[in-house]
Order: sequence, then C-alpha cells, then structure tokens
Amino acid sequence: MNPPDIGLFSLFFASIFTSNILLANFLGMCSFVAISKDMKSSNGLGLAVTVVLTITAAVNWIILHHVLIPLDLLYLRFIIFIIVIAAMVQILEMIIDRVSQKLYITLGIFLPLITVNCAILGVSLFVEIRDYGFTQTLVYGFGSGLGWWIAIMALSAIRKKTERTKTVPAGLQGSGLTMITIGLMAMAFIGFQGMLAVQ
Amino acid sequence: MAQKVELAWSLPPHLPGDGDTTLKVMTDVLIALAPATIAGIVFFGVYSAAVVVVSMLTAAIVEALYLRRSFTPRGLIGDGSPLVAGLLLALVVPPSLPLPLVALGSAVAMLVGKHFFGGIGRNIFNPALLGRAFLFVVWPRQMATWTPPLDGTTTATPLGGGEASYLDMFLGTIPGSLGETSALLLLIGAAYLFYRGRIGWRIPASFIAGIVIFAPIFGGDILFHLLAGGVVIGAFYMATDMVTSPVQPTGQILFGLGCGIATMVIRELAGLPEGVMYAILLMNALVPLLDRFFRVKTLGEA
Repeated sequence: MNPPDIGLFSLFFASIFTSNILLANFLGMCSFVAISKDMKSSNGLGLAVTVVLTITAAVNWIILHHVLIPLDLLYLRFIIFIIVIAAMVQILEMIIDRVSQKLYITLGIFLPLITVNCAILGVSLFVEIRDYGFTQTLVYGFGSGLGWWIAIMALSAIRKKTERTKTVPAGLQGSGLTMITIGLMAMAFIGFQGMLAVQ
Repeated sequence: MAQKVELAWSLPPHLPGDGDTTLKVMTDVLIALAPATIAGIVFFGVYSAAVVVVSMLTAAIVEALYLRRSFTPRGLIGDGSPLVAGLLLALVVPPSLPLPLVALGSAVAMLVGKHFFGGIGRNIFNPALLGRAFLFVVWPRQMATWTPPLDGTTTATPLGGGEASYLDMFLGTIPGSLGETSALLLLIGAAYLFYRGRIGWRIPASFIAGIVIFAPIFGGDILFHLLAGGVVIGAFYMATDMVTSPVQPTGQILFGLGCGIATMVIRELAGLPEGVMYAILLMNALVPLLDRFFRVKTLGEA
C-alpha cells in the first residue's frame, strides 16, 4: 500500500478548510453544539481536541500498520481504535494533571469527554481508508484538530452575538438558531468542495 | 402625578449623530448601484429588468410581512435595506434565472439571512450572498447558465473558460451575472459611496491586496482575477457591509485579506469557477471572532 501523493502543505490546508472535520464531514457535532455556548470552554475544548487528535491519529497509525495489518486483524480496528483513544485521553489527563494544574483545570470535564468525540475516531478511520503515510497522518490529525478548533471558536463567537439579540424570533432562540447558523456555515464551506486534496 | 421622562439612551461611544438614518445610507447604496444595474439591463435585455424588479419586490414584501408593515409604498420601502439586499441578489445571479427562483432566493435571503438572526443590524451573514449560496446549492444547473449580452446563446463566463479581453471585462460586455460584469460602472458607484463616507478603504483595499498577492502564487494573471467575476462588486459592495464586517481597523484588514485569499484558493483549487461569494460568507462567519480579538479600545482602557 502506497500513501496517496498529496503534498503536506495542501493536506494541512485541506484538513483545516476544505474538508473541515466539522463543517464538511459533520463529525464531532454533539460537543460542537453543546460547548459552543461558552467561549472559554470552546477554546479549551478546541485545544484538547487538537492535541488528542494529533496523538491518537499517530498512535492508531502505528498500531494499524505494525499490529493490525501484519496480524490480519483489521476487523478489530473499530474497537482497538476506541480503546487506544480512551487510553490516550487517560494518559494525557494524568500528564496534564501532573505538569500543568492550570491547564488541567481549564480543560476540566472536556478532556474525558473527548473520548466519545466522533471526530477523533473519524480521523483515525479516514487515515485508514485513505492510506496516509505516517507524516501525512500527523499533519492530517493536527490540521483536523485546528479546523475543529477554529470552527467551534467561530460558532461560539456568533452565538455570543446572537444571544444578546432580543429580536430573534422566540421559537428560534438558543439551539434553533444555532442549528441554522451551523447549516449556513456549512453552506459557506461548500465553496471549497471539489478541491481534491484529501485522497 | 409622576410624569414619565424619556431619557436619551445609547451605548458608548456617543458619537454625535449627523442625521444619518438607515434610509439615507441605503439610498446612497442604491444610487451607487444604479449605473451598473442600468448598464446590465441594457446589455442583457428586458428579462434581466424583470429579475431585478422581482428580487427587490419580493424582499420588500417579505420584510413588510414579517414586520407587519402595511403594503403601501412607504411600508414596502421601510428603511430601504430590503431593496438593497434584493438589488444585490439580482446583481449576482445569472440574468436569465427563472423568476420563481429569483423570488425564492430573495425570500430566503430576507427571512433566513436577516430576520432569523434578529433583523437589521443583527445578521451574521450577508443576506444577498446567502440567498445566492442557497440558490446555488439547490439549483446548481440554473445558477451556472450564463447568457452573453446582446446575444441569445449560452456560453461560459471568462472564469468558466470563456474568452474575453481586459477591455471587455472592464466595460462589462462579457457573459456573467448582471452586476458582476462592468467593473467600470461599479467602481464609479464605489467612488460615490466612498465620497459619501459609506464605505471605508480598508476592506476593499485589503481584499484586492489579497488577490494581488495570491494570484501570482497560483500562477494566475492578476489583472484577469481582479476584473473577472464578482471581485469588484464583492470587495466594494458586499464585504463592506457595515453589519457583517469587523468594526476595528486591524480586524477589517484581516477580514479583507482573508476574503481575497479565500477567493483565489477557491478559484484556482476548488471545483467552482467563482469564489468571491463563498469567500465573503466564510469570512462573515469569522467576523464575531475577529471582533472579539480586535476590539475597539474604550476610553480609559490601558
């Protein structure tokens, strides 16, 4: 299996914008909608997702290519990936707790919650489907995390603005308008469609 | 008996009002767009006039319905903003677009783009661009049918592979949407807006700078990319929308640069021939964030 011929820079750019994990693939929506209420939490979660995404994508790549494929255990990949993600999140939590109490408190509950964030599993599975090489995996994981981070920051800033608006129709206040906003953001991202950078 | 006292209340900074109303600003925009619109109607024929009328009328009716205003001319005009949004939408769709689609796009622009977000001054995305993006998603084929002016056949726009000289593109005798074609007349209108103080120089200048810098990187022709498609109308009329652009100078420059760069990226790398619309919508989504990063310093702040 040869990695697809994609330049690292265009892969990086593509994973942030053109195939944004949130607004193009619609992965990781639950926390996107739930957390974006608050800008500070959004920032913390965005940082956590970026870190975890980069690490798990890389670790899962190593396990995939050096354990699962040689042993012909590919059918176990879903469960193995999830276990790896959970383990990595736990380890990361312990390290952050030990190294930086401040960051640990900032991230709080969001770090364990990342375990069930579908964007993380999604990236690991995309890496498998698209046959990325190791460096590409790193870049793709990091870029996807950044894309997620930017998207949740943008949404939470928009929500801050719309929440202060008293004239929003009563039935749309809160999550209704949030859903519409996400749809419109996704519509704006359609412009990037057809850039064949990811596979 | 206690008398109710009406106190003047406003958020700081308390700028002295110089009598500007929304209606005055909107009238200026309509005046600025008039030459390009009239030229577009001359180039593309009577049907395009119907597109303009339907788009503006639908926007006015939807707004009057939503705000429960009367259907008198006064109620329909309101503060003038639906007319501007309707006109801008008509200027960025193909001049041969079926009228029901025009009306629908205009209604979506007003309702979803503006009133769902709380009405005038509250919208996140530019309503006219949102209407066009909506039409493009639902009817991609109709939205990509371009008729050349003074002729009846369908051809590609310069960005879609058609041929055109710089002069043709500057004057506007090329296929394209109604208001996208004539750079000259749009620039005259923009000069008027600038003279009246309705638009700042930062957003258009940095928008154009983004294109000038990034066109050579992708191996494109700078002049072609400036004159083709919706750059002029986008940079001077859409991106400069007071509501959907950042308030602070640094934010405005970043906003403009982002628009220009995204336009070039979409044009050169994506499957779509034109990127101005999506570039501006994309940057619109980032404006609240930019406004948080680059805030206007309040008096007394360190």
